[in-house]
Amino acid sequence: MPFEKIVFYLFAAILVYAATRVITVRNPVHAALHLVLAFFTSAGLWILLEAEFLAITLVLVYVGAVMVLFLFVVMMLDINTAPIREGFIKYLPVGLTVAGLMILEMYLVVQSKYFDAERMPAPVPKGADYSNTRELGGVLYTDYVYPFEIAAVILLVAIIAAIALTMRKRPETRFQNPAEQVKVQRNSRVRLVKMEAEPKD
Amino acid sequence: MTLDPGQFVLLMPEIFVLTMACVILVVDLFLSKKERVISYWLTQITVVIAAVLTIAVSNGETELLFFGTFIADPMAAALKVFIYIVVGLAFLYSRHYLALRGLFKGEFYVLGLFAMLGTMVLVSAHSLLTVYLGLELLSLSLYALVAFNRDTYSCSEAAMKYFVLGALSSGMLLYGMSILYGLTGTLDIDLMGQILAQQETHVGLVFAVSFIVVGVSFKLGAVPFHMWLPDVYQGAPTPVTLYISSASKIAAFAMVMRLLVESVGSLQPQWEGMLIVLAVLSLAIGNVVAIAQTNLKRMLAYSTISHIGFLLLGVLSGTQAGYAAAMFYVITYALMAAGAFGMIILLSRAGFEADEISDFKGLNQRNSWFALMMLILMFSMAGVPPTVGFYAKLSVLQAVINVDMVWLAAVAVFFAVIGAFYYIRLVKVMYFDDAEDKEPLEPHFDLRFGLTANGLAVLLLGLFPGSLMALCHQVMS
Repeated sequence: MPFEKIVFYLFAAILVYAATRVITVRNPVHAALHLVLAFFTSAGLWILLEAEFLAITLVLVYVGAVMVLFLFVVMMLDINTAPIREGFIKYLPVGLTVAGLMILEMYLVVQSKYFDAERMPAPVPKGADYSNTRELGGVLYTDYVYPFEIAAVILLVAIIAAIALTMRKRPETRFQNPAEQVKVQRNSRVRLVKMEAEPKD
Repeated sequence: MTLDPGQFVLLMPEIFVLTMACVILVVDLFLSKKERVISYWLTQITVVIAAVLTIAVSNGETELLFFGTFIADPMAAALKVFIYIVVGLAFLYSRHYLALRGLFKGEFYVLGLFAMLGTMVLVSAHSLLTVYLGLELLSLSLYALVAFNRDTYSCSEAAMKYFVLGALSSGMLLYGMSILYGLTGTLDIDLMGQILAQQETHVGLVFAVSFIVVGVSFKLGAVPFHMWLPDVYQGAPTPVTLYISSASKIAAFAMVMRLLVESVGSLQPQWEGMLIVLAVLSLAIGNVVAIAQTNLKRMLAYSTISHIGFLLLGVLSGTQAGYAAAMFYVITYALMAAGAFGMIILLSRAGFEADEISDFKGLNQRNSWFALMMLILMFSMAGVPPTVGFYAKLSVLQAVINVDMVWLAAVAVFFAVIGAFYYIRLVKVMYFDDAEDKEPLEPHFDLRFGLTANGLAVLLLGLFPGSLMALCHQVMS
């Protein structure tokens, strides 16, 4: 068995294990941590597929930002673990139906004549000097530079709109003054007090 | 894989508007409440300079830039200039309205400029991707603007409805686009048109086109996708309603041209039928339901729906003359709508929106000049001869009759006559009813100037429609 295959099965096994644990552990913090593990291993699988850009963004965006945020929320809310399991039987038929539908869809796609092995041959692996991050960047900043910039403007508008609609200046709102913070001296924060030593009893 | 710097010249208006929007955003931070008017003037100057730049860089040629994602053609240039005019009017009318309600903030103008940038992107889009992004930029800014008066219940409700239905319609549009992309393998509008012209029409294509038609008619507000329109028009602050009913309708017309005519133009026989249904329903429901309204903003919303019906008549005829007539119609309608909502702003005070028809009672006694302006605007919307509305309706009907759909023209005229009732009822209220509020109306100078120019433009364009009509024909050929 070639080394690549061993790595694949290793990652795949960890991924399946982690994914199962996400829905079976009782503690929500553990579930979130298992989800992080699942993301990491799927990033590994993507590296094996030579999609390193996707792998990097998965780790950066999902593990680095989304999951940390998620953990914050889970830790801040005191979620009671017991009632979560109560609905298992109740929701089982719905879950099974959805799962069945998904399996059917996958079967139809894989079975159909448009996606068989002859029409969709495995791509030839690229050389070691090929970087798909670089290729994506190349396309993004040439062919799609105009749509790319507009997408950036849309994000800017989203920020402005969110702030304009939610920020309220109330007199009691507390905020920091960076200039004051920078100018602060040791004297205004720490006070050395000379005290007489207490006599030992 | 190189980017020719010469391309940026034709993109100057967009770059300028974006830069200025960001500059105003930052400058506004350092202004005190008294100096806020600086943001307003910077915004107006931006709109004027953008218009100058657009006229300066347009050379009457059609040029594709940025790998076919941006198109600079005469239609785009002409529509952009008219968008600047109505956006400038919207900002002009908004100033005192916002100041009276404590809403005079830099963000209003920044978001307004971003929405204008969205319309510009949409008007010059030459790829399904840019159509979608321009539309989203426009809609996202408008959602925020509708909710701008966030402490009023009706504003938040209108914004919520607009947002949910807008997202739904964007989804429909994207679905249609993705199927088209799957069937043709390209996002480029011209290339797609060429590929489709060689293909036999099959169910998949019609399926995709019907989704695109649904998405577009949501944005236009054609029946049966009009449900959001009355609530949003009524709930939004009046200057924002003005914006939605003028600038964004011009942009929506450009979207119809780019999507239906330029990319799937070869399927005209298929979408013609769909548009006929939409147009007839819009004319019928818009005009009949408007009669029952007591709220003027709501009435104008239904009147918008009926005007969209006329606009669709021009497009569905599928001829150059029809497209030119539709363009003429949308431009003149945007001017009329700007004037009508401007009048509501003129009559409103702090804590009083003046959006009921009864608020216009005896306007003639209070200020006969502005009663006359409103009379011109209402006659124009109804399509009474010396005004431009008559000429716009006439040219659309001509285009429809030229493609042998006389019955459609007859239906349109029938409902236009029904529609005339509610416009003329407002005129009756202004001239023959006694004012409840006898106080003479003394508007600010800029409102006075804007509305006078607006009303007279509608009259003058009606007397001399030739040059605007010639322009529309020229850019469509």
